[in-house]
Amino acid sequence: MRGRTIFLVGLVLAVLGSAAAWAADTAAVRIGAVLAVTGPAANLGLPESRTLQMLVDDANRTGGIAGRKVELIIKDSQGSAEKAVSFAKQLVEEERVLAIIGPTTSGESMKLKGYVEENETIMISCAAAEAIVNPVAKWVFKVPQMDSFAARMIYSTMKRMGISRVGVVASNTGFGQGGKAQLEKLAPEYGITIASSEVYDASASDFTGVLTKVKGQGVQALVNWSVEPAQSIIPKNMKQTGFDVPLFQSHGFGNIRYVEAAGKAAEGIIFPCGRLLVADKLPADHPQKRVLEGYKKEYEEKFKDEVSTFGGHAYDAFLILSDAITRAGSIEPGAVRDAIEQTRGLVGTAGIFNFSPTDHNGLTMDAFEMLTVRNGQFALLGK
Amino acid sequence: MGAAQILQYLLSGVTTGSIYAIVGIGFTIIYNATGIINFAQGEFLMLGGMIAISLHGFLPLPQAIALAVVATGLCGVGVQLVFLSWLRRPDILRMIIITIGLSILIREAALHVWDEKVHALVYWTGDETSSLAVLGARISPQLLWVLGACALMVASLTLFFRYTLTGKAMRACASNATAARLCGIRLPWLVTLSFFLAAAMGALAGCVVSPMTQTQYDMGTSLAVKGFTCAVLGGLGSVGGAVAAGILVGVLESASISVLPLAFKDVVALTIMLAILLVRPQGLFAAIGRKTGPL
Amino acid sequence: MSRSAARNIPLLAFAALGACVPVALSALKADFYLTQLTMSAWYTMVALGLCLLMGYAGQVSMGHAGFFSIGGYTAAVIATAGMPSWLSVPAGVAAAALIAFLVGIPVLRLKGHYLAMATLAFGFIVSRIILGTPLLGQADGISDIPAYHLVAGLAISGRRALRVQNFYLAWAVVFVGLVAAMNLVRSRSGRALRAIRGDEDAAAASGIDVARHKLAVFVLSAVYAGLAGACIAHFNGGIGPGEAGIMKSVRYVALVAAGGMANLWGTLGVSAVLTFLSLRGAFGLYDDAVFGALLVGIMLFAPSGVFTLIRKRVLGR
Repeated sequence: MRGRTIFLVGLVLAVLGSAAAWAADTAAVRIGAVLAVTGPAANLGLPESRTLQMLVDDANRTGGIAGRKVELIIKDSQGSAEKAVSFAKQLVEEERVLAIIGPTTSGESMKLKGYVEENETIMISCAAAEAIVNPVAKWVFKVPQMDSFAARMIYSTMKRMGISRVGVVASNTGFGQGGKAQLEKLAPEYGITIASSEVYDASASDFTGVLTKVKGQGVQALVNWSVEPAQSIIPKNMKQTGFDVPLFQSHGFGNIRYVEAAGKAAEGIIFPCGRLLVADKLPADHPQKRVLEGYKKEYEEKFKDEVSTFGGHAYDAFLILSDAITRAGSIEPGAVRDAIEQTRGLVGTAGIFNFSPTDHNGLTMDAFEMLTVRNGQFALLGK
Repeated sequence: MGAAQILQYLLSGVTTGSIYAIVGIGFTIIYNATGIINFAQGEFLMLGGMIAISLHGFLPLPQAIALAVVATGLCGVGVQLVFLSWLRRPDILRMIIITIGLSILIREAALHVWDEKVHALVYWTGDETSSLAVLGARISPQLLWVLGACALMVASLTLFFRYTLTGKAMRACASNATAARLCGIRLPWLVTLSFFLAAAMGALAGCVVSPMTQTQYDMGTSLAVKGFTCAVLGGLGSVGGAVAAGILVGVLESASISVLPLAFKDVVALTIMLAILLVRPQGLFAAIGRKTGPL
Repeated sequence: MSRSAARNIPLLAFAALGACVPVALSALKADFYLTQLTMSAWYTMVALGLCLLMGYAGQVSMGHAGFFSIGGYTAAVIATAGMPSWLSVPAGVAAAALIAFLVGIPVLRLKGHYLAMATLAFGFIVSRIILGTPLLGQADGISDIPAYHLVAGLAISGRRALRVQNFYLAWAVVFVGLVAAMNLVRSRSGRALRAIRGDEDAAAASGIDVARHKLAVFVLSAVYAGLAGACIAHFNGGIGPGEAGIMKSVRYVALVAAGGMANLWGTLGVSAVLTFLSLRGAFGLYDDAVFGALLVGIMLFAPSGVFTLIRKRVLGR
């Protein structure tokens, strides 16, 4: 009789004890995001914000990350540095988030790099600048492919096509600036001469003047590094002024809407891009196919809008974070951070991620494919 | 630089300049009737373009444009009636601030009615790759439409302001409101009419430039800045002056591209405007119908 | 109550309130608000200077974000370029003052719309120059700006440990700026300014050197803005081209208008509250719309500012 009582008491205590331990261990995961949802970088930040919200909702519906509920706090920085700083401080000091996803632009990311490092908060940036992860900061990561990869792919393709003299035009945004810097840096390595390198205002509506200038330099191809609307207007202006050389664009062109906006002038544009846009053309055994098609389908159904590679950055950031939390088995910042650095072979939208203490981007050049536009659709170049 | 290249620069300048000019026209209409600069003029262009694009989904192009013009005109009327009509003798500062505030509100409303994306109306003739050869240089046929629309607007507005009773009455209102009232001119109705005209013209401008510049909810601001630069350069109140100034600014900007870094192209137009404001404030083409200058 | 007491009591109350805030926040474990409160102080400096210019001297400026940026970027370039670190803030202020002087001489001859357009153009030009100049970081702006060290271990910096210190520093500067502005308004120069605002020709006829007074206030308001820009650059550790945009200039005008054009306290209050809320993201996706609605609403319904409206409607006087 006494034995049974002791056993029962013991059982109850054990259950209570483990319930307490279990309760302590299911504290929610608090994730902050500083994204440029409105403002000049909105066509990068809005898909990022939507994707993040979508993924968090999915996660919470299926039991959260490692059994923990996810709390997401998104702040709209409108692409401005001072807002980014203010929101980051709010997220770290007040909301006590485990990690910050974003910011959207390189300028904002650089403003936060020192702060998150000092305050030991994980930051997974959705911006492309090399400087974000070079020099490497312990707590700062980035998910987009390196601009240098994109530039290298463009130049390799040019070499194959026998092009050696080019013109470069870029918008006066952080995105354009980053690409232009890489293009200029890497040109000598591939034997490319940049005959003309110009920066235009992102809201400019007519480029016939600068195209005349570049054409006058006798270039064999033009590289444009921008997002909308310039990347759709430039191909049209080229055709209208009879400037008939191959046009290379940046991975910012990766959305079918921009092809539609440029109409027939988009034919033959060549650009490096993640495989998200040609997911349906990938062979069935390609490691990224399932992730890409799944993301594309879900995003397009939910938001009635074409998927974009920028949204994919937020997807990858969340994926990396939740994978790290699961592997670390805790939400202790140091442990999660270490786990991120140990990420191997994680299949994301931009590519397959392999982090290390010296590599906080995790991608290599084969994260990119060279795409072109054929009959108004994206197609793999050379296939 | 060969002759063909120079001509191409020139035509490129005319292309951009015609866009600025057609925006500047809208400013002069309201200025002629009320003596105020309506900083929200750029938004009328945006609205015209957006509405036309939406309507073109189920109407043929000419009808879509016509309807967009009327609808935007009515928006202009709405704005004037709701926000501006019951102000009693407001001072300039107040008017400036209100119209800037209105431009922000219209922009945000457009963002929520449509979206943040870039849209474009189809080319009126041909398509995005059509190209016309002009003595060794090439242009898009849409440029001819823009120039044609400019010419039409200048002609009709000049005739209106100079030769019709309503037009002359409008100018009288801006010149001296009290005297105008004493002559029996019905001020409020004329001011409303001027807003309708300005918004409608702005919408037409927005439709004709949309294939080239594309239409986005926030395109109004930068266009407005260039537009009133031209209106001021041409002499506020002169429709023909605004167009001439617009073309001139476009050509000068284009010329500057050949020597300056492209990044500072916009600075050129504004510096010219500042210089003109300080040296010859009544504008370059001080023609008939001068309003009192700024000094 | 004597006139000087009527003046000094609000100032003392303000100082006392400011002194209490960090203590209260610390007790409520809400110290994080200090960040946005400190940033609000710097932006309020700009609004105060603009209030002097627009409210008391009657000169509209649609480009004041330009002076803020000149101050901020000058300080940023100097602080990150290995020059003597104490130079950054004074240089920022000096640059803003100098450019205001050079620009003001010709531009202040204009009036009304033309002045508005000229100042708008100025702000636009500054913005474009920033975006086009590699030295100024172009679209990415300038990052990694070190702290600005003052005497006795004080420093303008965004570091968490120095939060309270920076709150007091910022609001102390605002306090000094406010007192200076009040003294100016009450002085002979202040009366001259109000005469100019009323009617420039009449003022000139009374023997006031209109051009000199306008230029002096223009430069002074630029000094306020430039100082604010330089200090915020150090506080945030960075500055971006967004600070020079048209929308920023419009915001400053909105704040001054809402406070009641010629109302220093009103401007201070409105600016502190709205900037704080905006920096905390309280307006969400409608941030710009709020200021647009404010502009329209104030000009239509309360052209003498919110506080005058409250006083008249609520207090009946």
